[in-house]
Amino acid sequence: MHKPAWNDQLPGILEAAEPGSLLPFGLGRSYGDSCLNGGRELVDCHRLNRILGFEESTGVVRCEGGVSLSDILQVFLPKGWFLPVTPGTSFVTIGGAIANDVHGKNHHCAGTFGDHVHQIALHRSDHGLVSCSSRENPEMLRATIGGLGLTGIIAWADVQLKRVGGPWIDSESIPFSSLKTFLDLSHESNDHFEYTVAWLDCFSGKNVRGIFFRGNHAADCRKKFHQKRGPKLPFELPTWVLNRWSIQAFNAAYYAVNAVKKRAAVMRYDSFFYPLDSIRQWNLLYGRQGFLQYQCVIPEKNLEAFEELLDRIARSGMGSFLGVLKQFGPASPAGMLSFPRPGLTIALDFAMRGEPTLELMRSFDEVVQQSGGALYPAKDARMSPALFETSFPNWRNFVPYIDPKMSSSFWRRVTGSP
Amino acid sequence: MKKIVVLGATSGIALEVQRQLTSRSCELLLVARSPQRLTEIQADLQVRGAPHVLTYSADLSCIAQHDGIFEFAHREFPDFDTVLLAYGSLHNQKVSEASIQVLLEELQVDFVSAAAILTLFAADLEHRRMGCIAAITSVAGDRGRRSNYVYGSAKGGLSLFLQGLRSRLYPAGVGVITIKPGPVQTPMTDHLPSAGRFADPHQVARDIVRGLERRSPDVLYTPGFWRWIMTAVQLIPEIIFKRLSF
Repeated sequence: MHKPAWNDQLPGILEAAEPGSLLPFGLGRSYGDSCLNGGRELVDCHRLNRILGFEESTGVVRCEGGVSLSDILQVFLPKGWFLPVTPGTSFVTIGGAIANDVHGKNHHCAGTFGDHVHQIALHRSDHGLVSCSSRENPEMLRATIGGLGLTGIIAWADVQLKRVGGPWIDSESIPFSSLKTFLDLSHESNDHFEYTVAWLDCFSGKNVRGIFFRGNHAADCRKKFHQKRGPKLPFELPTWVLNRWSIQAFNAAYYAVNAVKKRAAVMRYDSFFYPLDSIRQWNLLYGRQGFLQYQCVIPEKNLEAFEELLDRIARSGMGSFLGVLKQFGPASPAGMLSFPRPGLTIALDFAMRGEPTLELMRSFDEVVQQSGGALYPAKDARMSPALFETSFPNWRNFVPYIDPKMSSSFWRRVTGSP
Repeated sequence: MKKIVVLGATSGIALEVQRQLTSRSCELLLVARSPQRLTEIQADLQVRGAPHVLTYSADLSCIAQHDGIFEFAHREFPDFDTVLLAYGSLHNQKVSEASIQVLLEELQVDFVSAAAILTLFAADLEHRRMGCIAAITSVAGDRGRRSNYVYGSAKGGLSLFLQGLRSRLYPAGVGVITIKPGPVQTPMTDHLPSAGRFADPHQVARDIVRGLERRSPDVLYTPGFWRWIMTAVQLIPEIIFKRLSF
């Protein structure tokens, strides 16, 4: 494990490394092995966390790869700037956000994180420091966005922030109890709301019920905004705590509480965007066995495939209470291996119960594969090479851009590379 | 505490302290060897809201360069009120035992040069009858141990030096704080086996900033529990201690 504290140390690390032996590492929030390099080395970049400059007139911030999104918000939100795109946790680095081309609740109008990166300076073992932008090495830029850290180590990146009125979100929550209602709500909301997402009760099957959330940045209001520090799960829970009945009970209660009627509220940005960040080490809820996450996207024209997926999930009895559903927008992918594409995306956790869980996910894979969908590498720990092939049919175009010294467990698993 | 001179601004602990000082609107003069790294720190602190950050590049272990540092501070950063010494080096003990050169280098960086530059700044603060000097030594300086006595003796020597300095500067109203961290997760300790269990530099920096603000205590152990551990360690009779291998 290398832990460089300065950008000037990166060339030396790259030079001294064996081919295929390195992978940059941020905050390690990827769910599977896309951020791991089993038996080889990682370059822990969290100390490369300096903000190198900010242009007030354009809102472009230049950051080292290890700056976290949470850090950016702490520094810039008080000045009226927000992230252009944010995933469900702020504890990811700029490097990680680029490497996974993360998406958020505003994908339908803002695309992915990579869409808002103007320039990247990339340390490579073969070409030294390479500058990538739409004008200079644009293909290297497209390879690095969503490139899972395999194209090199990011020295710094220019990210476009956006102006907001304050830390508050005008939000609404609307219950729904069919896929059709969800789609209607989604289509209607996408024109007027910047942020849309649905929580769904994955035990409800084809007649999916859930709560639709939508929101916009609020103009600043008089409410005082205090930083809060949430609880931390101190230890793993015993495996039996999260089971079919407790989760079903939770889901039923959650739906009931929110389904009274359409509700509007002014929410803190961190409650709206990062509900889990306030429970530190929430993964310990799943106990020692842990959990697997499954996130896929299915083209909207294959609605029956999506219904089939929901049916299989409900019938399995193994669902989780963290089911998320969203309609992606029409934007074309910013990176060669970007996951988001037009369609419906669903993300679920499953407690890891060994072979039954893996078997269940293989049955989902069938549906995804047959419908021309894809799986999200950042969430994956077990997809097969065949599914990777159908998810990213042009992945071979990415290969020439891989830095010879880089490799990852995920990449070796899905491509059979040495 | 308004204007702080940081000697060794690129050190792991100093980086965290500097970040926390920006939220207290302190002006900073950062001294370290690498101009490029100083520029990067300066940019970061300024974006985060530091009112004024100056940099000066010099090799602090080289006594011949100390006058240049002091003159720059006097000229470009007048009326500074705090000096924080935050640089050091930790060589492998076995190597220091085998090589006189490495031994002397360790003593030079961690003790001799530190005593020299603090003498320079102390005279100035004493003359102006105000301010505070703080220097990072180590719990390793509290007792000579088989596993790190070269580093320990340098830091221990510095702790004693600061103790005398404290007494000398007391009548002039100048504070002297000896900061004694236990092991901290920084680049200096990365190569040590149990580095995962060392203190978070963020936490250590919080303790230091609070100490600087209050100008107390005189001897600051961070994290705080090290005070009790070292009290116990110091009480062990030598006849037993010399047999211990830790």
